[in-house]
Amino acid sequence: MPIVIRPAILRNAAWLWFFGALAILAVGFREAIFIAPTEATMGDVQRIFYYHVPSALMGLIFPYVNFFASLAYLYWRRRDPLKALAADALALASAEVTVVFVSIGLLTGMLWARASWGIWWTWDARLTTYLLLWLLYVSYLLLRRFSSSGESNTLAAVISVFAAVDVPIVYMSIHWWRTQHPSPVFSGNGSLDPSMWPAFLWNVFGWGLWGVFIILFRFALERRRQLAEQDDALTAIEASLETAP
Amino acid sequence: MNDLTSYLGHVFGHLRKDLRIEWRSRDSINGMLFFSLLVVVVFSLAFDPTAAVSRQISGGILWVALLFATVTALNQSWTREQNNQVLEAQRMAPAPASALFLGKALANMIFVLVVEAVLAPVFVVFYNLHVLGNPWLLAIILPLGTWALVVNGTFFAVLGLRTRNRELLLPLLLLPISLPALLEMVQATTGVLTAGLDPIQINSWIIQLAGYDIIFTIICLLLFDTVLNAE
Repeated sequence: MPIVIRPAILRNAAWLWFFGALAILAVGFREAIFIAPTEATMGDVQRIFYYHVPSALMGLIFPYVNFFASLAYLYWRRRDPLKALAADALALASAEVTVVFVSIGLLTGMLWARASWGIWWTWDARLTTYLLLWLLYVSYLLLRRFSSSGESNTLAAVISVFAAVDVPIVYMSIHWWRTQHPSPVFSGNGSLDPSMWPAFLWNVFGWGLWGVFIILFRFALERRRQLAEQDDALTAIEASLETAP
Repeated sequence: MNDLTSYLGHVFGHLRKDLRIEWRSRDSINGMLFFSLLVVVVFSLAFDPTAAVSRQISGGILWVALLFATVTALNQSWTREQNNQVLEAQRMAPAPASALFLGKALANMIFVLVVEAVLAPVFVVFYNLHVLGNPWLLAIILPLGTWALVVNGTFFAVLGLRTRNRELLLPLLLLPISLPALLEMVQATTGVLTAGLDPIQINSWIIQLAGYDIIFTIICLLLFDTVLNAE
């Protein structure tokens, strides 16, 4: 395993970012649980909103990172393989974090739905679309796992493009489907009372910082793995040269 | 103009080759046919539908049966090319790679259409179907829906060529991407069978399905070269 020495400033910045994210999440927790007023009809259960919506938001933002990193990979694949590898590491990291955030969004959504609507799940437009997003990115990760290492990057980048094109189509078709059938009516989130905004914004900010931190951490880890792989390949080539007659 | 004719010539050549191979063995079509027939029987036994209920659900069952049958056939469609390193030769050939893809997708489309032509009367008999809407619309919906399944399926099948768990990978990729198309074709088909949907709504489902077909055909053609030479 080669030892990658990263500049100290990068390391310190990472620690700073980590503790900053934790601190903001702590502030967000205090705001959400103790300071924000109790919602009139739903009661304390509504506080899950401060965790559900930020996770759901991150789950909608990070797929874009994955998509653009995959495009960058496809562009650099032949032109600049080293940059392409970095783009691929970013695509992998963002896809994994996307799946985590979307899963949290789905699970907290289910808890909330059970408490306020009395059902765990309904095939309403927004829920169905979100579930399909989850399915698409899980299949992306499965493809990465199943394909052999030499080409999994390219195949995954291609699937990422397919998924990114599919999401708007899913959104349109499911909205069209669900608006022509009578379905349980949910009034969305409605308007948020001004006294609830601070708790919401602190949590969005905190979870955003946290998500980006995890992506960068995973990115650094994947880069390390790639470098180790390259090193092994080089050693193998050198060894084969030495034994050649 | 000349480029186009030569491109179409390549597509046609690949198509003819695939049709001839299939004609000699008839593996895919027989396999698909029997498989979809089994799905029809299994669903019929599992739900024991009355005439009214079967009209509601048979659109969905038809497409689910075709989807699974297509997956089983598509898994084999590229393995033929692997015998005797034909695929390597295709990769080195100066012909455009997308012509190979298009030829194969068209061949698979024809296979599935043959299966549909045989399956349709079986459906009518087994489910006591009596189409309430305009049956000619099905002549548009079936090819559009089939193309939606086949174009992506052929593309994803080539992704699986050099991966582990090839048979498992294709449905895992194809089903999530195809879900909007599946929704569109099932809604349109059920709308025609039950006459429960406004014709304008059926038209809009058909247009959405056509849009899906066009978008994904373009993406497949653009990315096929990348996938064929992925290494």
